[in-house]
Amino acid sequence: MIIQGKVIYPGVVEGEAVKCEKPVVILGDVDAKKGTVEGCGKVKDKILVFPRGAGSTVGSYTIYALRYYNTAPAGIIVENAEPIVVAGSIIAEIPTVDSIDISLIKPGMLVKIEKDRVIIPD
Amino acid sequence: MYLTREEEKVLDGDLGAGYEKMMLILVKMGDIFGAERLIPVKSAQISGVSYRTIGDAGLHFLKSLRGVRVSVPATLNPLAFDDDYLKELHVDEEMYKKQMEIIKAYMDMGIKPTMTCTPYYYDNVPDFGEHIAWAESSAVIYANSIIGARTNREGSVSALASAVIGKTPEYGYHIKENRKATHIVDVKFEPEGEDFPLIGLFVGSALDGVPYLRIRGDCTDFKLMGAAMAASGSIALYHVEGITPEYRGALSDDVERITVGRDDIEEFKGAPVDVELVAIGCPHVSREELRKIAEFLDGKKKKRGVELWIFAAKSVMDRSEEYVNVIRKFGGKVMKDTCVVVSNAGKIYSYIGTNSGKAAFYLRKEKFGGANVVVRDMYTLLRSVIE
Repeated sequence: MIIQGKVIYPGVVEGEAVKCEKPVVILGDVDAKKGTVEGCGKVKDKILVFPRGAGSTVGSYTIYALRYYNTAPAGIIVENAEPIVVAGSIIAEIPTVDSIDISLIKPGMLVKIEKDRVIIPD
Repeated sequence: MYLTREEEKVLDGDLGAGYEKMMLILVKMGDIFGAERLIPVKSAQISGVSYRTIGDAGLHFLKSLRGVRVSVPATLNPLAFDDDYLKELHVDEEMYKKQMEIIKAYMDMGIKPTMTCTPYYYDNVPDFGEHIAWAESSAVIYANSIIGARTNREGSVSALASAVIGKTPEYGYHIKENRKATHIVDVKFEPEGEDFPLIGLFVGSALDGVPYLRIRGDCTDFKLMGAAMAASGSIALYHVEGITPEYRGALSDDVERITVGRDDIEEFKGAPVDVELVAIGCPHVSREELRKIAEFLDGKKKKRGVELWIFAAKSVMDRSEEYVNVIRKFGGKVMKDTCVVVSNAGKIYSYIGTNSGKAAFYLRKEKFGGANVVVRDMYTLLRSVIE
């Protein structure tokens, strides 16, 4: 199934979905050195799926830190992009898609991001 | 979003990867907020300066922008220390070294190392009606509400992007229509002293929008009120009748109404305790505040067991040497480049008195040391540090 979204940072990547049901307070919930998001687990090379970012705008640098410490997800899927995630995924060069109904994505699902589209198993 | 041919070229990477990323951030922000175009800004105020918050990764990113320069005047937020007080603020060598590298990376881009949350006094002074791209929520709300400049609450990186490109997407508080009041806040008493920051804390936690208030005070009262509002909530603009340059015409029939009584602000005040530190200057003090403090302390003797720390922009201190000298002679410290929230102060002291609702909001949090904080007006605080 193909879900049409909006591209924030373009790329073609594939991985297992790691899903957070609640908004992620980036500066606080994300441990970039360990590559974990509190309550969701490890994100390295996976597709990180969450409703939206929250908290301090310095959180954009935390997303960059995931790249710096080599723990970054392969891609990011959000329901409502906001400035923290927009700036963070662009400076970290993480393929990111916005405006996706994330209720369609289950944790562990194999998910593909193709620029502005998300492809999930039927 | 409509882009000019020149903007398209930057987006296509004609000026290199650094400029391309900065432009992409503005374009994507414009897309998500429904902006139709980019508009020029006169200045930027950039947050994300402290090594403690942006870390090695942030430093690495800033260094990766080598060769990228800002195109409009841009100033910096405070950092974790004043280099004249490294010992008092428990700053180790690693922290000092990394922090200086961050400042250098910003300076290499042409950004002024002002390190203050009150750039509007001398370092970066906007005019009424000017579009600016400012981070630092207390400066944003002051610029919008007291000066009548126009800015959204920018983030660390989006303010940097605007500084580099010299533009911002046109949405939110850049559009006149969005600057009207959404709520009337009916204050049921005549506020004075610490009531202003306490009203700010209450209003920030009670509503998200543009409050309209009918209260009397001076610019310092409203600076403290606004900073507190912006800390406990996401407010970026308020109207005070007779003070905010745009208060006329800000009201429509379509506004909600909330009331504030004495009981509502009491919970933010903090129970009386003997404080170890009195901290004034969140946001940084003005020359006028320094004058009042110096005049009060002149000739008096400092009580033992309680510290007095005042925080100000270097540009304000340089213009107020006579007052700074009086405060230092009394035994108080006047610090530049830092503040009670971003320095280690909250971890060094457990009982803190301040006239700042914003400082209280943060210092009470575990992450900042979880201190016991009382909010009182400036003179009450000063009386507690004299014999």
